[in-house]
Amino acid sequence: MSVAGYPIAPDPAVEWTGAKRRYDLIREAVIVLVVVTVLTLTFSAVFSSPDEKPLTVATWASAVPRDFLATALSELDGTSGVATYGPPYTHVAGAGQNIIGSLSIQRAIGVRIAIDPARAFVLGPLSIPATTDLQLHSALAEYQNASESQRQAWTKAYSDALDNSSFVSGQLVLAPASYGPVAPLMSNLLLMARSGALDGALISTSRFYQTNFTKSLLFLADGSYLENMAGRQNLQGSQWGMMNETGNYPGQAWLWLYTFWYQIPPFATSENADAQIWALMGLLSVGFVLLPFIPGVRSIPRFIPIYRLMWRDYYRVAEGRSTRRPTA
Amino acid sequence: MSTFERRPTWTGRVRRAVEETLPPDRLLPDTQPIYVASWIYVFGVLTLAAFVVIVLSGCVLSLAGPAWWHGSGVGRYVNSTHLWGTELFFFFMVVHLWGKFFMAAWRGKRALTWMTGAVAFLVSIGTAFTGYLTQQNFDSQWIAGQAKDGLNAAGIGAFFNVLNYGQMFMWHIVLLPLGVGALIALHVLLVRKTGVCPPLPGREAKP
Repeated sequence: MSVAGYPIAPDPAVEWTGAKRRYDLIREAVIVLVVVTVLTLTFSAVFSSPDEKPLTVATWASAVPRDFLATALSELDGTSGVATYGPPYTHVAGAGQNIIGSLSIQRAIGVRIAIDPARAFVLGPLSIPATTDLQLHSALAEYQNASESQRQAWTKAYSDALDNSSFVSGQLVLAPASYGPVAPLMSNLLLMARSGALDGALISTSRFYQTNFTKSLLFLADGSYLENMAGRQNLQGSQWGMMNETGNYPGQAWLWLYTFWYQIPPFATSENADAQIWALMGLLSVGFVLLPFIPGVRSIPRFIPIYRLMWRDYYRVAEGRSTRRPTA
Repeated sequence: MSTFERRPTWTGRVRRAVEETLPPDRLLPDTQPIYVASWIYVFGVLTLAAFVVIVLSGCVLSLAGPAWWHGSGVGRYVNSTHLWGTELFFFFMVVHLWGKFFMAAWRGKRALTWMTGAVAFLVSIGTAFTGYLTQQNFDSQWIAGQAKDGLNAAGIGAFFNVLNYGQMFMWHIVLLPLGVGALIALHVLLVRKTGVCPPLPGREAKP
C-alpha cells in the first residue's frame, strides 16, 4: 500500500512523479555561502594558522655541528641516506622498495632526479670558496685526485674521531690522526654552513631564478636535526606523521587511513612499507570510486538503516504512520 | 529556407544537446521531490560554499605572492581563512560522502555521479597536500621529506617531485584546483540531470 504521492518503493531509475515541495536552490546556496564565510572568518580570528619557521642548514650547523659534520661526511663517503637511497636519486644496485616479491615500480622507473651526494653537498659547494682560498683549493684537489681506498681511509679516520670530538668556543677539536684533506674540507664546510653560504650554494644553479629545493631538503633530511625537531612537534611517522601539523591544529585529518597503516603490523616493521601501503591505498581508492559496482559493499546501506533516519519524514507518511505532510 | 539553415552547425548541435540534457527547469528547478527534506542534503551545498571560500582566499593570497603571509598580520589572517576553509571543506565533504553512501545514492543510473564525487574527494586530498607543501615553513619541509618516500616507492616521485617547490606550487594553484573545480561542476550537473536519488524501499504497513 502506498500513500498518494509517497510511493513506498520508488523506482530510482524512473523520473520522480510523486509529491514535490518548493525548493529555492539559489537562496539556499547564498545563505550557506554566508554561513560558511562567517564560520571561516571566525575560526581564523580565533585560531589563526601555524607558521613554524623553516630550518636552514645554517641553524642546523650552528645548533648541532657534530650531526651536521657526520651527515656531510656520510655524503662524502657515500654512506648517507641519499647515497644509499636508490631511484629516483642515486644508482644503487637492488635499492628501491618492492610491492610484492621483487616487483618494484621504483626500480622500474629508475633514476630521474640524479644526485651525486659527494659533489652536490660537499665538493660542489666547497669549490665556490676554493676559488679564492688556495689552501682549500689544494685540499679539494688532493681529495679528488686520491685513490678510492685512500679517501675511505681518511673519511673513516675522521668519522671515528668525530664521535669522540669536542667543540671549544665553537671550534671542532679532533684527536691527532691522519685525516688528510678531509679535516680542512669539513671545517671549511662547517664554516660555510654556519655563515648561511651553504644554504645558498645548495640551491644555486646556472640560472638566475630558482624554485627547486630538492638538494637542500634531501641534505636536511639526511641529518638527525630535522627529525628531532619534528619529534618534538609529534610529527614523526610513528606519531601519525605528516597528517599532523605543528601546534594544536587539525592538520590533514583526511589522511588518517593512509597514516594508520604505518602504525600497525606488518607495515610498521616492513622495509617495503611505503610501496605496500601505496599499493593498498591505490586498490582501496579504486574500490572507493567503483563502489556502486562492487557486490556486497554496495548493499551495505540496505542493512544499516541510517537511511531511515535521513528520510524519516518521508517514511512516516509513506508507511502510513502519519498524515502530516512535510511543509511544501 | 536557405541551405545555411538546413545544414546543422557544431554550435547548433551543442546547443540542442545542452537543451535536451539540461533544460532550464531541470538545471535550476524551484521544486524538488518531497523526500529532499533532510539536513543531510545541505552538506553538498556546504562543501561547494567552502570550495568557493578556499578559491577566493587563495586568490587574495596570490595578490602579493607566496611569501606575503609570513610577514604580514593581514596575510596571516588570509592564510588562516585558506586553512580553515579547507578544514571545513573536508568536514562537509566527508559528511556528504557518508550521507550519500548510506543513502546508496548511486542507484538508478547515478553511478557516474558517485564516481565524479569520489574522484573529486581524492583530487581534493592532492590539492590540500600540495598546499601544505608550499607553505614555506617547517611543516612543508617535514611533510615533503616524509611524503617523498611513499611517492618514490609508488614510482610517482620521479615525475611529481614534492621537494621541488616550484612544481608543487603550480600544481597547487593551477592544475589541481582546476581539476577539483571541473569535477565538482560535472558532479553538480549530473545531479541536476538525473535528479536526487529517491529513498530506499520503506516498510509495508501491516494489513
